[in-house]
Amino acid sequence: MIALFNRTPRAPLEYTRTLWMRLWVGSVLVFLYAPLLVLMIFSFNDSKRNVVWRGFTTKYYEKALNNDTLVEALVNSLTIAGLATVFSLVLGAMTAVMLWRFKFRLKGIVDGTISLPIIVPEICLGVAMLIFFAWVDWPTDLIWPLNLSAITIAHITFCFPFVTMVVRARLASFNKEEEEAAKDLGASEWQAFRDVLLPHMRPALVAGSLLAFTLSLDDFVITFFTAGPDTITFPVKVYSMVRFSVTPEVNAASTLLIVLTVVLTAIALKIQGTRNLTVSHA
Amino acid sequence: MTAQKSPIIEIRNVSKRFGKVTAVDNVSLDILAGEFFVLLGPSGCGKTTLLRMIAGFEMPTEGQILIDGQDMAHVPPNRRPVNMVFQSYAVFPHMSVADNVAYGLKIAGVGRSEREERVREALELVKLGGFEDRMPDQMSGGQRQRVALARSLVMRPKVLLLDEPLSALDAKLRAQMQFELADLQDQVGITFVTVTHDQDEALSMACRIAVMNKGDVAQLATPSDLYEYPANRFVADFVGSVNLFEGKLTLDEPDKAAVDCPGVGKIYLNHGVTGPHGADVWVALRPEKIYLHVPGAGKAVQAAGQDAPEGHNFARGRITGMSYLGDITLFDITLDDGATIRVSRPNLSRHDQEDFEWNDRVSMHWRADSPVVLLS
Repeated sequence: MIALFNRTPRAPLEYTRTLWMRLWVGSVLVFLYAPLLVLMIFSFNDSKRNVVWRGFTTKYYEKALNNDTLVEALVNSLTIAGLATVFSLVLGAMTAVMLWRFKFRLKGIVDGTISLPIIVPEICLGVAMLIFFAWVDWPTDLIWPLNLSAITIAHITFCFPFVTMVVRARLASFNKEEEEAAKDLGASEWQAFRDVLLPHMRPALVAGSLLAFTLSLDDFVITFFTAGPDTITFPVKVYSMVRFSVTPEVNAASTLLIVLTVVLTAIALKIQGTRNLTVSHA
Repeated sequence: MTAQKSPIIEIRNVSKRFGKVTAVDNVSLDILAGEFFVLLGPSGCGKTTLLRMIAGFEMPTEGQILIDGQDMAHVPPNRRPVNMVFQSYAVFPHMSVADNVAYGLKIAGVGRSEREERVREALELVKLGGFEDRMPDQMSGGQRQRVALARSLVMRPKVLLLDEPLSALDAKLRAQMQFELADLQDQVGITFVTVTHDQDEALSMACRIAVMNKGDVAQLATPSDLYEYPANRFVADFVGSVNLFEGKLTLDEPDKAAVDCPGVGKIYLNHGVTGPHGADVWVALRPEKIYLHVPGAGKAVQAAGQDAPEGHNFARGRITGMSYLGDITLFDITLDDGATIRVSRPNLSRHDQEDFEWNDRVSMHWRADSPVVLLS
């Protein structure tokens, strides 16, 4: 046979050079991102309906940004996500350190139940939260941002176990001799934590807060059950808009949200240095 | 010589139990100021636990540890005048070399200019000058260890503790570091306490060695005393290689002794052992202290006869194993009386290893001051 391309022969494990593997990877990417791309493209569609392309326009972005309840919902969602992230981060990291560091009675039970909010179906957690807040008679007519307190608390409940999981996984690779070395050199318990353990945890803290932020931002089910009559979040608002008709306005709002989260994630990874998320020091 | 120096660490009746396991069992010993002290023993003998108790990371269940005359019972690790080089080196991965070394000084509140000066000095001392801005993950294991050393030395501790300092290095580097550590200790004059399971390391670096076994100190002696005058079978066997024969003490006077070892023969010593007459004892004989002869001419009998009565300190047998190691050759010889004995022979000339073959009949002798009689 005539060699058309004078290239080195494919090594047995160089799968990325086979055609079928490239096709497979390509189709996975299409499967993952085609719906999002369609959503983004149709946000520029000059038509009331989403089915047929009628020309380019940005008027639905204007419309979305001038929709007061939509903007209010977005601000609410971001506020809730921000608060939930901060509290989940502190609570989750502390829980992880406690479970990693100490031995105590009933540790097994604490360890087992800590991830329960991850396992329990969201709908059950939502109903449970609804009943709980009704039972304690949680006020619903507070001023902003206190009117978001019930939703925020509910979000912290299911977000912080994720932070705990990520941080614990990171702590498993910590060399305890490093902390002992710090103390050996004169550091107090707090100084050793601040100077040695915390820097080791940092990549997990970044990953954990990203996780918490996005989980909280797009949560629908639990929010739906815990929101008061007058509070609305972005996913809930989108849902109510879609119930009437899927207009490009919904597309535009969603696109803004996607861009926002992608930018935030990129910034966080940039600050952190992506390498540190995966590489651990021996 | 060392006896005049004062102890810097006094360990008094210290025991450490983890649940039902006794890691250190009623150990008492003094470590003298300025010496290179080695805790030697197999894994699980309690040597690391003892070191960690000196550093303050473990508390003794019983007993007392004094450093420089002060009781350490209520002194946490960060207040003790000792510093430790950890087995994993424990170099802080997110700090540069200079920041690693400066860490202790920073905590102690030493001013910037003095700090920089001392960091520079410490790095010079461990031959890492110019590495200030490197990150630990850009360094080799040996270099990281030097960082850990500098980080401890910069604190000018009274005692430097080293936990298996050379175990992670390759053979060549280990041999080099043995010398460098001994040199360094000489230069800075700080007391070094090292834990190791490697007898070569211990013999080459130490002023004194405490051999530990099952939480107990089996013997505390200088390297040469430990090797030439082991106190018991454990030490004889753990430090160096040795032939151990069981026998009965048949003669024990101030200037001579004899042991009858079945399977080997009669062993004569030119000094007394003050053991009970007729007692069961063990004789330790180092492989390099046995002379090997081509059989026939009776040279072994003659040589043995020079310092022992007739019929003592010689044996005949057949070579049943040989291993050529370059500088020496090891022989396993099955004696006519049944026992197996190991002999090592230096290859003094290029053709020495050709003198003997497998299955050759050989005779051997040893001098009357070579065997050691052990009562336990």
